Amino acid sequence: MTDLTCLSAAALADGLAAGEYTSVDVTQAHLNRIADVEPAIHAFLHVSAEEALAAARETDAKRAAGQKMAPLAGVPIAIKDLVVTKGLPTTAASKILEGWIPPYDATIIERIKAAGLPILGKTNLDEFAMGSSTEHSAFGPTRNPWDLGRIPGGSGGGSAAAVAAFEAPLAIGTDTGGSIRQPGAVTGTVGVKPTYGSISRYGCIAMASSLDQAGPVTRTVLDAALLHELLGGHDPRDSTSLNEPLPPLVAAAKQGASGDLTGVRVGVVKEMHGEGYQPGVEARFNEAVAQMQAAGAEVIEVSCPHFPYAFDAYYLIMPAEVSSNLAKFDGMRFGLRVEPREGPITAERVMSATRGAGFGPEVKRRIILGTYALGAGHFDEYYGAAQRVRTLIQRDFAEAYAQVDVLVSPTAPTTAFRFGEKVDDLMAMYLNDVATIPANLAGVPGISVPAGLSDDAMPVGFQILAPAKADDRLYRVGAALETLLERQWGAPLLTQAPAL
Amino acid sequence: MSNEKLVDYDDAVKRYDPVIGIEVHVELGTRTKMFDGAEQGFGAPANTQVTPISLGLPGTLPVTNGKAVEYAIRIGLALNCQIAEVCRFARKHYFYPDIPKNFQTSQSDEPIAFDGHLDVELEDGTMFRVEIERAHMEEDAGKNTHVGGADGRIHGADYSLVDYNRSGIPLVEIVTKPILGAGERAPEVARAYVQTLRDIFRALEVSEARMERGNVRADINVSLRPTPDSPLGTRSETKNVNSFRSIEKAVRYEVSRHAAILDAGNKVPQETRHFHEEDGTTSSGRPKSDADDYRYFPEPDLVPVAPSRQWVEDIRAALPELPAARRRRLHDAWGFADAEMRDVVNAGALDLIDATVAAETTPAAARKWWMGELSRVAKQADVALDELAITPAQVGELQSLIDAKRINDKIARQVIDGVLAGEGDPAAVVEARGLEIVSDDGPLLAAIDETLAAQPDIVEKVRGGNLGPIGAIIGAVMKATKGQADAGRVRELIIERIGA
Repeated sequence: MTDLTCLSAAALADGLAAGEYTSVDVTQAHLNRIADVEPAIHAFLHVSAEEALAAARETDAKRAAGQKMAPLAGVPIAIKDLVVTKGLPTTAASKILEGWIPPYDATIIERIKAAGLPILGKTNLDEFAMGSSTEHSAFGPTRNPWDLGRIPGGSGGGSAAAVAAFEAPLAIGTDTGGSIRQPGAVTGTVGVKPTYGSISRYGCIAMASSLDQAGPVTRTVLDAALLHELLGGHDPRDSTSLNEPLPPLVAAAKQGASGDLTGVRVGVVKEMHGEGYQPGVEARFNEAVAQMQAAGAEVIEVSCPHFPYAFDAYYLIMPAEVSSNLAKFDGMRFGLRVEPREGPITAERVMSATRGAGFGPEVKRRIILGTYALGAGHFDEYYGAAQRVRTLIQRDFAEAYAQVDVLVSPTAPTTAFRFGEKVDDLMAMYLNDVATIPANLAGVPGISVPAGLSDDAMPVGFQILAPAKADDRLYRVGAALETLLERQWGAPLLTQAPAL
Repeated sequence: MSNEKLVDYDDAVKRYDPVIGIEVHVELGTRTKMFDGAEQGFGAPANTQVTPISLGLPGTLPVTNGKAVEYAIRIGLALNCQIAEVCRFARKHYFYPDIPKNFQTSQSDEPIAFDGHLDVELEDGTMFRVEIERAHMEEDAGKNTHVGGADGRIHGADYSLVDYNRSGIPLVEIVTKPILGAGERAPEVARAYVQTLRDIFRALEVSEARMERGNVRADINVSLRPTPDSPLGTRSETKNVNSFRSIEKAVRYEVSRHAAILDAGNKVPQETRHFHEEDGTTSSGRPKSDADDYRYFPEPDLVPVAPSRQWVEDIRAALPELPAARRRRLHDAWGFADAEMRDVVNAGALDLIDATVAAETTPAAARKWWMGELSRVAKQADVALDELAITPAQVGELQSLIDAKRINDKIARQVIDGVLAGEGDPAAVVEARGLEIVSDDGPLLAAIDETLAAQPDIVEKVRGGNLGPIGAIIGAVMKATKGQADAGRVRELIIERIGA
């Protein structure tokens, strides 16, 4: 039997359907892999081995009984610890939620369970998804499987590293400013931020509600499409959930896998590469664009003149919403409760002591920023102005998509940096999201696919953006690029990663 | 009780022009909460009507209750308001344990209804127009109980309990424009306005509108100015004044208190005040200023409410007859004098009389009972008319017994006593107590003969043509039959017997 951890989710699903192995086999293989590599990687905050095996047994029993199975039934999955799981600890990588066992499941967890995917555990992240490196996790960073001295990206570094290290074939991420795509880029994996509203946010602990979007973290574009189709679709519990069916995503990925891009108009965004981008990143990006052109794509340079302001708008809107969304963490109903060391025990003082002790510095920084930005007299100057920029960015996208089918850029300006390298240089850390942020502000979908290795032997991500509700284009073009590049490399990029 | 310096009310309104403003919160009687599927209803054990959403657990999202929006529109239309084509919810932030998210979802600058008016009838029949600024939707907070300490207030309490059953119950808050020109009648206008609103809520069937359960709560703003031409003075806001009598008292008290402050040459501080039911005074709550910073911003988890014009018109067409129109209709139908009608309305007897008339009683008879004997009984027991343990149907039955000459007016009072004592419907009481008028001549003749035999001198007088003393004989016979005889028939029989 082949090593089950090396197979894609699609291949595992086929093998399970053909009866070549059971979900228990597949789940146990991944639990073994987790036991082997976790000391080095630390992708997981909690491994739910028993629950995963119980779910695997149940799925196997249903299959044996001849029941109709969901396409990914029996394929195990890892969940970013920002997503609420009934009965499993959910921390958001924060001390303030340490020990909280939620009494309910997120909608996407319900869908995962209903489809029979065993949940391997909860993956690490920057506290409340605030960061680009997992260095802001209250429970220690995750290491990049390509180089244990480097960050795995963030905030969803745990999910990306788990998939890159073959601890899980599938994972869930959430993307507010790039937290799925940037970790995908720096770990050589695939990450998709769907159209805003494409996947329910109910049960995803909110960072910035108008930007947050859960999505797939996988090793192949087809796997991402399979997972997106499982997770997506209307949810009456999320008012912002789109009330229309998903476009056919798996079909688009299969169409793209031929590598043919004839008739596809690809826009290279002038403002999203070049200056400020690492030369190796820029080189892999340009080579990939050339491959696409050779495969029949019409490549056009387009300008999105307001994109340079996206970063500033993001750093007003995001903290403003953070300051509001994180107000509920007060020690009154769940999670950490800290009483002041001296003086009266009043509600206000308990809230203050709890928040002081429970939140890490990056979270506090953003709460303070956001509280200030929403303050009386500042609203128009900050939040209001940022929303106007947001409108301009949406307009840029609309104008670009009048000329092209997809937009492309490097996913992140650099490859994975070393631990500690940027933790004291906030602007440099924040700028890692400069290419991913515009999609969140406009609500449009984006994917990061591996584009090769930079001069430092670290993976480079290639970002494809599509118009809202046209997520199928990500899969069509992403799968085509994946095929073209793997033809060139002779094997998936991850086969070049060092052994753990 | 209070150390405040007060000016006699009549004196105060001679020298100052009172301006009032009223904010009324009404809890909507929807089956579920404003943004949450939790059931709501009065009297459930603490924290049983909650879901993860009511508790603001991490990851939860609100969804707007469409029924609550419909009820809010009903209220807006009944108050002659414009209905917004699009309006958004906003988050109003403040930290307090009874609001689980530490923000209240409310409408700040985009109310669903605005620019209306309500004509209020005062006790003497004068109509007074109250201009409505807005009616907006929001969610209620939980309920705090402070345990220990002197008077159930938070200050000095040992600990506090929070019941989240009320958290998230839909509210509509109706805000008046400054009510000018009420003069010395300001307390009456305030009471009549809230009473009229209460009646409208009931007629619209949007709330049980029971003041004593807190379904309707009023905040009363009062300010004084030297003359009606002067600019508005500084206002105080007396929170949670929850009975009609208290509303009058609160206005009177605040007018007297403000006048004393102004007389002393001081400034009225802008603050919220607590109302004390027991003695009708208010005391200082917390200072309030326009600098209160709630950091409002549009609720990103909810889509805007955009009631279609068609829907609004459908709701308007389905509005029930409102209390004022109904009063006019009934006034015409019943033919009561203006003063009689006013008394009926002021006594809270309108619905009771209407229902009694529906039980096939003449309006005059219905009015006679409710405004006469029953009002007397209610007053004696210090309860409202509609709290008496007798139904309009029972009053109708009583009158029909009289019309059928089975009882007379005097016995009817005993029947009422029986009904109020829980002895059953009037007919059953008559039966059980043996109150039916004696219409069989046999027992009557026996009583008459006995009386005549005892009073030979009177018999002589009557025989002699002097009918005057016959009354004494009738009285004696009635006494002997315990009042159950038909006096007219007794007279006939006596005359027959004496042969006068």
